[in-house]
Amino acid sequence: MKLAALACLLVGFPLVGGEFYVNLASQIFIFAIFAASINLLLGYGGLATLGHASYLGVAAYTSALLGLKLGLGHWLAAPAALLATTLMACLFGLIALRATGLGFLMLTLALSQVLWGTAYRWVALTDGDNGLRGLSRPFHLDDAASFYYFALAATAASLWLMARFVGSPFGAALRGTRDQPRRMSALGHHVWLIRWITFVYAGFWGAVSGLLFVYYHKYIHPISLSLTNSAEGLLAVIAGGSGTLAGPVVGAAIVMLLKNYVSAYIERWNTLLGLVFVLIVVFMPEGVVPGVKRLWLRFASRT
Amino acid sequence: MAALRLQNLRKSFGGLPAISDVSLEVAPGERRLIIGPNGAGKTTLFNLVTGDLPRDAGSIVLFGKDVTRLAPHHRVHRGLARTYQIITLFPKDTLEHNIALSLLGLSKLRWSAFRSFDEDLYVEARAVLARVGLEHLAKRGIAEVAYGDKRRVEIAMALAQRPRVLLLDEPLAGLSREERATVKQLIAGIPREVTVVMIEHDMDTALDMAERITVLHYGRVIVEGTRAEVVADPKTREVYLGH
Repeated sequence: MKLAALACLLVGFPLVGGEFYVNLASQIFIFAIFAASINLLLGYGGLATLGHASYLGVAAYTSALLGLKLGLGHWLAAPAALLATTLMACLFGLIALRATGLGFLMLTLALSQVLWGTAYRWVALTDGDNGLRGLSRPFHLDDAASFYYFALAATAASLWLMARFVGSPFGAALRGTRDQPRRMSALGHHVWLIRWITFVYAGFWGAVSGLLFVYYHKYIHPISLSLTNSAEGLLAVIAGGSGTLAGPVVGAAIVMLLKNYVSAYIERWNTLLGLVFVLIVVFMPEGVVPGVKRLWLRFASRT
Repeated sequence: MAALRLQNLRKSFGGLPAISDVSLEVAPGERRLIIGPNGAGKTTLFNLVTGDLPRDAGSIVLFGKDVTRLAPHHRVHRGLARTYQIITLFPKDTLEHNIALSLLGLSKLRWSAFRSFDEDLYVEARAVLARVGLEHLAKRGIAEVAYGDKRRVEIAMALAQRPRVLLLDEPLAGLSREERATVKQLIAGIPREVTVVMIEHDMDTALDMAERITVLHYGRVIVEGTRAEVVADPKTREVYLGH
């Protein structure tokens, strides 16, 4: 019932919302997929990453380059970009999962910094700091509303498939490796392989968000591969509530609203972003979604 | 053929030997007790057998198959299960989910990433809990149950895997007298086809549960034999009583 009401609200939104808000909602959807893919690693696998922008950026660049340099259409460029990025996640997983905890965090950061540096410096391929322009959207989705519906459908499918993943027996094993890796091993679970599969799966969804990102902006710049982008995704997950399905979506909405809406009114919006995160961490350390649920239960039990 | 054979097993930490040339054989179905004072290397020995720790030298053979180079989870698939001295459960989950994770460890279902968590696993988990008298707590969170019940869940998780060799690391540690009686009864009821190797720090508590006893001291086997032989051996008295 609640889900049906939400679906009606989301489907009807472009009919009442202005173009600015419809575009903002599309950006929230894209960032929600990105944050949800980080959540697979952080929230369900206990693996904090600072390099997830790699998958968003590489998928976006690959799709753009295949279109611009080889003249491939979206039908070929999109699956090729997804495949290439997923293969990269296979390789990066082999490297990053040699460690856990801080070691894993640093390895993911280092790998993404290599890509970010390459995008900046390999001017012949990426046009460096200028970025790649002149890109197009698939299916001629050039007006705000039609792209909104495209992004909404992609987000719904992505979140559903990620929810299936974490709700499966494999997902249960993944949560087990987060809570007691040694015990999981002693129960016959292949802890490393579970983490690697999750890493690759999260990389794939990061790539999906990258494709939508480049379709939306019709432009790609090395900043998409930056540490800032990875950190914003991580913050969205933590703020919304890691290890929950709705948390990253709410976190993505908070980040995007502050970044794109509040920044129009407040020059120092970064300070406000920082302040909001401090308040969330102080008053709802588990994140907004579980925090609000906790407060609601407390309120309901009193009344 | 021995259920478990250790040959010249060695392990040092920073040059300090923790296990020195330990060799022992446990027959199928046997109840073996490993005792020794604090720091004797009992848990280290278990960690070497399960693969939690890599050995420096020696070999581990399970029912004639050399498992020395196998990863811990592969050894589990060869029929080895263990419990931990310090309770190692999944505190955010229910008792039935803890057992279900144990069942899942040996099931092909564990690789199913796009189907719902099987309710059948919970049905089976509740049956396992019933065997240890905890079915009524199946839906409770681990954090909500008594310490003694957590010990029983530890054992139930290992038993759920229908092991051929079960390693119990101080299963009676920290329990009240009543809880000890319950857990001892539970261990006594383990089917005979399961070989049980148990560590116990307190000799008096566990002697009646064993057929053969191995005494470890400073990482070496100093005495091995039947209960009467071990109790009568002056080296046992020296280790435990200091004279």
